[in-house]
Amino acid sequence: MNEHQNKTADGGRWLDKPRNVDRLVYALYAVCALLFLADLLYTKKAYFGFENWVGFYGWFGFASYVFIVLSAKLWRRVVKRDEDYYERER
Amino acid sequence: MFATLNPALILIVGALLVPLLRGRARSLYMLALPLAGLVQLVLLPSGEYGHWQVFEYTLTTLRIDGLSFVFGLIFFVAAFLGVLYALHVEDTLQHVAALVYAGAALGATFAGDLITLFIFWELTAVSSVFLIWARRTERAYRSGVRYLIIQVGSGVILLAGIILHAHETGSIAFDNIGLSGLASTLIFIAFGIKCAFPLLHNWLQDAYPEATVTGTVVLSAFTTKLAVYALARGFPGTELLLYIGATMTAFPIFFAVIENDMRRVLSYSLNNQLGFMVAGIGVGTELAINGTVAHAFCHILYKALLFMSMGAVLYRVGTIKASQLGGLYKSMPLTAGFCIVGSMSISAFPLFSGFISKSLILGAVAAEQYWGVWLVLLFASAGVLDHSGIKIPFFTFFAHDSGKRCAEAPTNMLWAMGLTAFACIAIGVYPEPLYAILPYAVDYIPYTTTHVITQLQLLLFSAMAFAILYRRGVYPPEIPALNLDFDWVYRRLGRRLMAVSRTAIGGTDRAIRQALHRQGLRLLTGLFRHHGPHGILARTWPTGSMVLWVAVLLGAYLIFYYAGAR
Repeated sequence: MNEHQNKTADGGRWLDKPRNVDRLVYALYAVCALLFLADLLYTKKAYFGFENWVGFYGWFGFASYVFIVLSAKLWRRVVKRDEDYYERER
Repeated sequence: MFATLNPALILIVGALLVPLLRGRARSLYMLALPLAGLVQLVLLPSGEYGHWQVFEYTLTTLRIDGLSFVFGLIFFVAAFLGVLYALHVEDTLQHVAALVYAGAALGATFAGDLITLFIFWELTAVSSVFLIWARRTERAYRSGVRYLIIQVGSGVILLAGIILHAHETGSIAFDNIGLSGLASTLIFIAFGIKCAFPLLHNWLQDAYPEATVTGTVVLSAFTTKLAVYALARGFPGTELLLYIGATMTAFPIFFAVIENDMRRVLSYSLNNQLGFMVAGIGVGTELAINGTVAHAFCHILYKALLFMSMGAVLYRVGTIKASQLGGLYKSMPLTAGFCIVGSMSISAFPLFSGFISKSLILGAVAAEQYWGVWLVLLFASAGVLDHSGIKIPFFTFFAHDSGKRCAEAPTNMLWAMGLTAFACIAIGVYPEPLYAILPYAVDYIPYTTTHVITQLQLLLFSAMAFAILYRRGVYPPEIPALNLDFDWVYRRLGRRLMAVSRTAIGGTDRAIRQALHRQGLRLLTGLFRHHGPHGILARTWPTGSMVLWVAVLLGAYLIFYYAGAR
């Protein structure tokens, strides 16, 4: 029992296997594909015309996310300083 | 007397007795205070009470109506959860400060006039700073001082606005003020500081992460939501707020992505959530105000939950820097689970609280056809998923295993997180009771096919973007670093300007003093030469020469007199 606990505590968890992480990610891709196709199956109640484009929310979310991450990386180049930046020069 | 007792006073006065109690009695007493206040609030019928005559003004210290009731309710709930989360803390100062601070926020919420509002407004600042100072580090002390200066400054601006407003209108009633003229602008700015408007925001990200483990949870609930309440009361439908709100939702995202301190990430995230509420106030329709109030209600719970989970990690591991965390789900599985509930709530997944409140605001913005603002809010929703939905739980509890092993959070923390998580899910699954207490009648169904599918598309495609970017190594790594924000202006630029001006002023001052010194010396030597022991004016003169000089003087006088008389 004790040995088993040690094993699970030190890397024997389900998520520790890269294969299982891959499975999760592929499941996410599959759900996304289904959600995209789901747009063809119902009538959207939209406020704006562009909302009716197929998968609008999907690709808008994807593009926003990529934009946020990439521009934040650029932003980091501008604003990054050492952790003790404000502590120095006292 | 007791029938119309101000519920806020139960916390403020009750807090003063906390130092007298110890152990279990103290715990039970502190838990009972917010519950007693809550019962008193629910028992009070809507109306105005507690009138005080001060000079020619009548104060209305207690007003219960649709708007103040909901904020009062959630403030008491937050106070209760905050007490529960902090029960293990021995430090009496923190308990008293937290209860007085919560009471002050409630007092301001129930204020029917601007003077009462001002008094409690300042009390929130003065009481809450102790939750930062209680960390008892040099860093926290300095941060607390900056926080106090800005918060009290907000109060001073508010007071100036109130005086002008009372002078112009003759009224101190706290109702719809509307943005026009100097008086209302000052009040607007005072509210804006506490609400962390863009460029006025940095006290939040500066101070909240420096407070104690339990202090940050309490801080996150009150100050900014009091400001949201005040804006909703005083400036509904002010179009400017729509654009301020949209800006607030968007810009903190970029800082949150690259921030290493997880409680600072949550502070940026808090700023972003306030943006949604402010935008709702800017729209000002019944649907929008309902959305803002509902979102504040849900937000207080899931934001507290997220701060609680990060606080538990800080408490157990001793650090909250993402670069040193990872794999903690193995040690703290319950905390990880509660954190994920908070993350899904703030990201507005269906069946979680954020979904049923944020959609009211987005719906209200769309209904008024503000398509630009609407797109910004949608963009920001994808951003929320990144910093609060994924980054917080993923880099703390999963990602690269830091090898750190620790105990699960203390029992009282787990209870506080568990209750809050339960509330987040309960509101998400069954929103009707919340909708029923909103200021206006709700004619809105959140769970429609369109809404559920579009929201899932937005969130899961964003999650897919994260999976791709992270697995390809494009996602910015968590590194120990500090990111400059607007506070650089007063923490560094201001300091530099002070140093420069000190040198300049000092130099000029020295030059002037040296010149004066030289002149003075010359004067003194001159005086010495003429009046000194050997000076010409110090000689003894014969009386005859004195008479001669008097005659000359009189002669000159005579000549001038005649010249003048002509």
